[in-house]
Formats: sequence, structure tokens, C-alpha cells
Amino acid sequence: MTLLQNEASDVVMTPDNIRTRKLPVAYNIGIAVAALAIAAAIVFPTGIGNWVLVVVLGVVFYLIGLQVIAGRIEGPRAARNRMWQAAIYCACVLAILPLASVVWTLVSKGVSRLDGDFFGSSMNNIGARDPNGGAYHAIIGTLEQVGIAALMAVPLGVLGAIYLVEYGKGKFAGTVRFFVDVMTGIPSIVAGLFVLSFWVLIVSPWFNNGTPQFSGFAASLALTVLMLPTIVRSTEEMLRLVPGPLREGAYALGVPKWKTIVKVVLPTALPGIVTGVMLAIARAAGETAPVLLVAGGAAAINFDPFSGGQQSLSLFVYQQAADASRYAPARAWTAALTLVALVLVLTIAAKLLARRSSLR
Amino acid sequence: MGDYPSRSENATAGDLGVTESHTRAAGLGVSPSSYEEPPFGGGGALPKKKRFSMESGFRGLSVGAGAMVLVIIVAIAVFLISKAVPAISADKENFLTFKQWFPNETEPRFGILALAFGTVLTSVIALLVAVPIALGIALFLSHYAPKRLATPLGFVIDLLAAVPSVVFGLWGRDVFMEPVRNFSEWLNKYFSWIPIFGGDGPFGRSVLLGSLVLAIMVLPIVTSLSREVFLQTPGMNEEAALALGATKWEMIRTAVLPYGKPGVIASVMLGLGRALGETIALALTLGVVFNISFNVIENGGNSIAANIANAFGEANETGRGALIASGLVLFAITLVVNMAARAIIYRRREFRDSAA
Amino acid sequence: MAKRIEASNVSSYYGNFKAIDGISMTVEPKTITALIGPSGCGKSTFLRSINRMHEVLPNARIEGRLTIDDQNIYDPDVDVTAVRRLIGMVFQRPNPFPTMSIYENVVAGLKLNGVKKKSVLDDAAEQSLKSANLWNEVKDRLNRPGAGLSGGQQQRLCIARTIAVEPQVVLMDEPCSALDPISTLAIEDLMFKLKDRFTIIIVTHNMQQAARVSDKTGFFSIDKTGDPGRLIEYDDTQKIFSNPSEKKTEDYITGRFG
Repeated sequence: MTLLQNEASDVVMTPDNIRTRKLPVAYNIGIAVAALAIAAAIVFPTGIGNWVLVVVLGVVFYLIGLQVIAGRIEGPRAARNRMWQAAIYCACVLAILPLASVVWTLVSKGVSRLDGDFFGSSMNNIGARDPNGGAYHAIIGTLEQVGIAALMAVPLGVLGAIYLVEYGKGKFAGTVRFFVDVMTGIPSIVAGLFVLSFWVLIVSPWFNNGTPQFSGFAASLALTVLMLPTIVRSTEEMLRLVPGPLREGAYALGVPKWKTIVKVVLPTALPGIVTGVMLAIARAAGETAPVLLVAGGAAAINFDPFSGGQQSLSLFVYQQAADASRYAPARAWTAALTLVALVLVLTIAAKLLARRSSLR
Repeated sequence: MGDYPSRSENATAGDLGVTESHTRAAGLGVSPSSYEEPPFGGGGALPKKKRFSMESGFRGLSVGAGAMVLVIIVAIAVFLISKAVPAISADKENFLTFKQWFPNETEPRFGILALAFGTVLTSVIALLVAVPIALGIALFLSHYAPKRLATPLGFVIDLLAAVPSVVFGLWGRDVFMEPVRNFSEWLNKYFSWIPIFGGDGPFGRSVLLGSLVLAIMVLPIVTSLSREVFLQTPGMNEEAALALGATKWEMIRTAVLPYGKPGVIASVMLGLGRALGETIALALTLGVVFNISFNVIENGGNSIAANIANAFGEANETGRGALIASGLVLFAITLVVNMAARAIIYRRREFRDSAA
Repeated sequence: MAKRIEASNVSSYYGNFKAIDGISMTVEPKTITALIGPSGCGKSTFLRSINRMHEVLPNARIEGRLTIDDQNIYDPDVDVTAVRRLIGMVFQRPNPFPTMSIYENVVAGLKLNGVKKKSVLDDAAEQSLKSANLWNEVKDRLNRPGAGLSGGQQQRLCIARTIAVEPQVVLMDEPCSALDPISTLAIEDLMFKLKDRFTIIIVTHNMQQAARVSDKTGFFSIDKTGDPGRLIEYDDTQKIFSNPSEKKTEDYITGRFG
């Protein structure tokens, strides 16, 4: 006799005990039906809740019932396996419900103002009783702010990533890398406050006869702070994927390092870098909090990002959501739909580009 | 750190010159306007290493860009402090322990305590709800779903992480509030003996609503990071567990979860960082009450970020300073959380590299 | 406690791709059987079919009959986890659980099966590590991570982990291919020792190894890439290596092929 045969005989397998009974599918369905029926029988006569409670209790009873009955038939291990699988499936369904509701509401409420007026006019001189009014000025603002932010963040971010991958060694590079990661977690409102205290309150009075001034450019600065770490990280990742032999091949031809980077490494990694940039832009376009603090949020069209308040789509959504006018919610939802469409188009395009990238 | 900007300035100057010389060396023709560079090296000798070459210029630029990140982080702290200090010194109450927020009065009185409490409370509840579900979905995507389903579903989750928070806020206020109010009333009816479900109403614009919206928002982030971690589990460890006679769940318990634990912790902390800093969704869903209460279903709740968004419009100079001071506290909290998360990830990366 | 394994007409598929075709062989108890052949000839696939690890891969399935002491392990009412406990497996690359200590690695299988008593776990760990010729090297550092051991030690740790649940058959999928010659020798010594208790089937690329350790040898081959692997010849090791009856086997053994 071996140790286990003495001490834990059920662990040792022989060809004769490898067979087991399986829980028939009919049992599984039966448990589910019974669980729902019991739940309904408890809930409805006592009046303690509606069908939601029935479903919730039903699921709980189902999981318990599955554990007990499968445990009898198949043994506790197989039963636990079954129960966790069921629980994981339930988690998925539970998460999909609200997310589906968001999408459904967005589309069903968003289409109501999807008209030419919405995309062709601003909120200038639109009072609480006016049903029209649009987001033209907000779309202009979003495009300008995000565009300027990208112009600042992309070169800085790509160069920073080049530093980390190609030049950075030792403690300083490690510190930079660590804080790039930390910076990705800075709340957007903090970035807004930073630009508020630095640009709007301290720098902008120099250009504006001593009075602080909101501007689209200030929003761009805040968005730059938010985009920079994302771009550095994604670019760094792509640069690291460029095979070493490619670099060495260029060095062997006597090409200087900087030129190797510009002519060989960057073009190879380009699709991936563009993907990262587009994802960063998508994220920046959706930011509300920093824009709220520094852009001013004007009701009229303002093409000049450097002077005077500017609107942005996300801020427009927020302002319309807080507006008391009974026409405001429709505008808010249509603007939200526009914003999500913009963000999703950018994101999907970025992901498709990433899939086509040769490095992955 | 101070000498980087100047170095990159020199670099730009060197930059142009060498590009031109390279074009010439390659025999691509000289443009008439080309800038004449002083000849380098002596006749017949090997070219000497130039002092301000393109190489050092480019290098300087990239170092400067890298240093910029540190500059920004430091600048954030410096400028927030510079605006927060005057406001805090004008505060007639203790900034850290006072619960109310009246910074715009002639005798400014404000404190961070209730706001900080609300921030932590909503974030913690949101994570308590979101993390188990997110881990479930992550496991489903990495180990249960057939590939044909897992790929598009993972894609959708990634897309949801990109949906702007103002949209979730709007949805929470216009759509989700109604069911949450009904649920709150139900909870209050049957469970009012539990203090967190007590109170006399009104219900709806509560910590519960804010936390649930927040939970829905952090769900995609935690899910997609955890899924990455679970997918990285070495296949040979999973096979080892299966070959020992483990069921699928036991295989996950034995091989996948222990391996992914540091990554999951880090993803949860990143989710926490996101939840702590979330502004607009909470500004649209919380009831804005300055008190410390564990009651999650009555109208109320507040957070640092939401308060900044709500109170910014009518803030005077001290008011702004007070809001910036509260932002500084938020910055400090998220910095600590993020640094802890990153430290975990870094340690894990070293561990993985050394073990491989 | 070792058992006889019989395969009759076993074919394995990955989706539509047929990896092995019509394998029939009988493995006697308490012997070492070596499976040799060129890369991609289906030796590992066949090995993985024996303890139903084959079906872990998506869309993998099997046809034919595989029995252990006349019990078909592919019968629908057979518990697959029981089959894998009955037929243990050692993999190509040492794969101790990276998050577990040496001790935890050895008793992982027992813990899965609900053995909780500390004394039993301790005894089993010691016995298995002794059987795997590893006890003397690790007895002072049982609580250190398993990943800290050398490659050869890790592989013996994996063997200890496999035999801790007391299987009857041990499958080894190129267990020495990632190891240096000295560690390889240690594993080969171990195989001779384990032969008294287990039926061992080993897949190897190393013909000398097959000749050294095995009692019987099966030669697998494919005609061309994309074709399913077939069992060309299965006989006593001595006969295969001195006087094979098939021309293909002889070509492979003498190095004229693959």
C-alpha cells in the first residue's frame, strides 16, 4: 500500500474508478426553471418586489441549486467548476445590460436633433424658450482645441519615447519612465486646475491688458498634459518592437544614430505610433473637466483659439445637461451622440490600423 | 534638470547645418540657398567629432522631451500650491477638518473633509461593485468564451473605455436615476434597519447612483487590463495544472489567478485612480451635500472633483484658490495610488523577466 | 500498479487537419516506451491523446479507441480529470508554477484533490521528491520559489509533482530537450528508477536516449508536410536500432532521413 492509498484513497485513480456520472442538460434546465419558480412564488404573493427581484433571486437559487444537485451527482469539484462558470457568465450578462442601455439611450435620444440646424448654428441668442440652436461652435472648438493639443503633444511625446527607447539609460530614464506612467493617472480636472493657475491666471493677463482670459488654447494646454503620457507610452511600446537588426543594419552602413532613428526606426513603427496618437486624441476629445475650467464655454462661434472663450462638444453636453430649458436635453443627447461618434470613429480607425501594422 | 532646455536650443542650431551637409555628401545636389558650414577636420585627416552635431542635437531634443514630463509633474505641484496657499491662509476654519464649503464669503470658511470622504466613499463602492464583475468578464474573455466571441467582445469593451465620462453622467442622470430611485426605495422599505439604507428620502441622486455610474465607467478599464494579464499566463502552467487533473476552475485558481494577482491589483488601483479623479459623471449624478454620512441611498454625496466642476462657475478669487487647494489634495491622493500601482507593476515585470 | 495501455486505430485532428492517422499499439505495464521520429510526425499529439490533454486545444478531437486496462478513456461517462490523474504528464519545458514554492509545487495536485492533512502532504512531498532524486538538493529550501532551481532540478520537480498524485502511467514529452547533458543523465537515471512503479511513455528527439532508456520503441513518420503522422514500426528497442524491419526506420536511424 502506498501513502495515498492509506491516507487519501479517493485521490488515487485506477482504471476502474475513472467513470463518473454527468449532470444531464435537462437537470440543468430543470434547476433553472425551478429556481425561477421558487423565486416568483416567494416574491409575488408576499409583494416584496417585482420581476427584477424574481430574476435576481432566481439566479441566486440557481447557483445554489446547481452547486447542491451537481455536487450530489458529479462530486463537489465538478460542481464548483460548474457554479463558477455559471457565475462568470452571469457577470457578463450583468455588465452588458447597463452598457447596452447607454448605447440604446444614446441613439434613441440622440437622433431627435440630428438636423442641419444643429450642425450649422451656434447657441448665440438662443433663449430658454427656443427649440433650435446647435453645436456648430462646439464642434469648431473641439476640433481646434484637440488639433492644437495634438500639434504640441505628438512631437513632444514621440521625442520623449525616442529618448526612453534609444538614448535613455540609467536612473534618470527610469525616473522619466516611472513618472510617465504615473502621469497617465493624473485626473483630468487636476490638469485643468494646473492650466487654470498657470496659464489663465498667471500668463494670459500679460497678453490681455492684465485681466485673466479663458481661451481655447488654454484647453489645448490641458489636453496636452493629458495626451502626452499616453503618446509617450504607446510610442515607446511600438519603438521597442522595431527589431534590433534593422537598427544595426543601418549603423553598419555608417548612418548616424539620429538618422537611423528618423529614417529607419520611426517609419517602421509609424502605423503603431499613429494608432497611439489617435487613441490619445479620442480620449482628449471626450474630456470635459479641464475644458470646463479654462475654455470659458462661449455660446457664440469663436474661431480664434487664442482669445475669448470657446466651446467644446463635451462641455456643450455638460452645459446643456445642466440647462433648465426643456429643449436642452435633446441638444445634450444629440451632442453626446456626435461626440461618441467622433470618439468611436477615431478609436475604431486606430484599432483597425493597429491590426494592419506589420510589427504586431 | 535645469540645463536641458538650453542644450536642446544649441541642438536645433546644429540640426539644420548637418542635414544640409548630408544631402551634399550623398551627391543629391546643392540647393543654392544652402547654408555654408565651416569646414571640419584637417585635409586628409579623419573628420573630427563635431561639438554641436546633429547627433547631439537630436539627442538633446529627445532628452528635453523626456525631462518635460518631470517638469510638468513638478510644475503641476508648484502652481497648484502657489494658488492654494493664499486661499488656505485666508480660510477661517481648519482646511483639513472642516466639512463645509463657503469660500466665496468675506470670511471664507471651507474644508476638505466631507469632500475627501465622499470621494473615497464613492470610489470604494464603485470598485466593490465593478471589480468582481470585471474579473468575471476578464476570465470569460480570456478562458471561457470561444475565440470567435472573445475577440469582438474584447473590442467592444475597449471601445466602451473610450466613451467620454460626460455621456455616462448624462445617462446616469436621465435614465439610470429612475431605476436606482426605485431600488433605493425598495432597500429603504425592507432594509432600513441597516444604517446605510436608512433615512426618510428623498432618494435617487445619491451616493448609490454616483457609485454605480462610476462602477460602469471603471468596469471596462479593469476588465481590459485584467484580461491582458490573464492572457499572459504561460500556457505551460495551465497545461501543468490540467495534467494534474484540475478542473477548469481549479486550473484558473492554481495557474491563472496567482500568476495574474499583481497585475489585477495594479489594474484595480488604476481603476481606483480613475474613479477618484472622475469629475463630470459625479457632478451630474451626486446630490451635492456637504456632510459625512454612510447613508448611500438618500439624496446627497459629493466628491472633490465634482465639487470643483459644480462650484467653479460662481467662485471668486479665494473660491478658485480653495478649489485649487482641493484639487491639490486630489492630486496627492491619486499620485500616491498611481505610484503604488506602478510600483507593483514594475516589481512584477522584474520578477517575470528574471523568472523567464 | 502500472497498467497496460492499448491504442487501436487512433486518429487525432486539429479542426480539419488530421495530425495522426490510425495508430495502433500496446504498451505493457512497467516498461519504458520511446516514441521517436522527425519533427511534426505526431508523436507529441499521440502522447497528448493518451491522457486527453489533446482536447485542451480548441477544435481538437480524436477517433479510435484508447483503453487502459480495457477501460476506454474516451467513453462519454469518463471523467477527464480522473484520466489525467491516472495518467500523469511531464512537459517539454520545465513548468513549475512560478508563484509557488518547491513544496507547494509538489503538493499542488494533492491539494487540488482535497488532501488537507499537513502530515499527509508533508510525507507525500518528501516521498515524491525522494523518488524524483531531488530531495537531497532541496530539503533545506522547500519554501523557496520553484522557479529558482536550475533547469534540470525544475524538471525533476515537475516529475515529483506528477508522481505525487500517484498516477499509474507517466507520459514524458521530450523531457530533456531543454536540459544540458548532465541534467539529462539525471533524468534518464530517474526513469530507470521510476520504471518499477510506473508505465512510462517518452517522446524524444534523441535517438541515443531512446536506445539507452527504452524497452520498446515506436517510430513515427510522415510522407510529406501536411500529411498525417503514422506509426511506421513498433518493436523492441534493440530490434529497432539493430535490425529494423522497415526501410524508413532504418533510414531514419542511420541518419539518412530527417
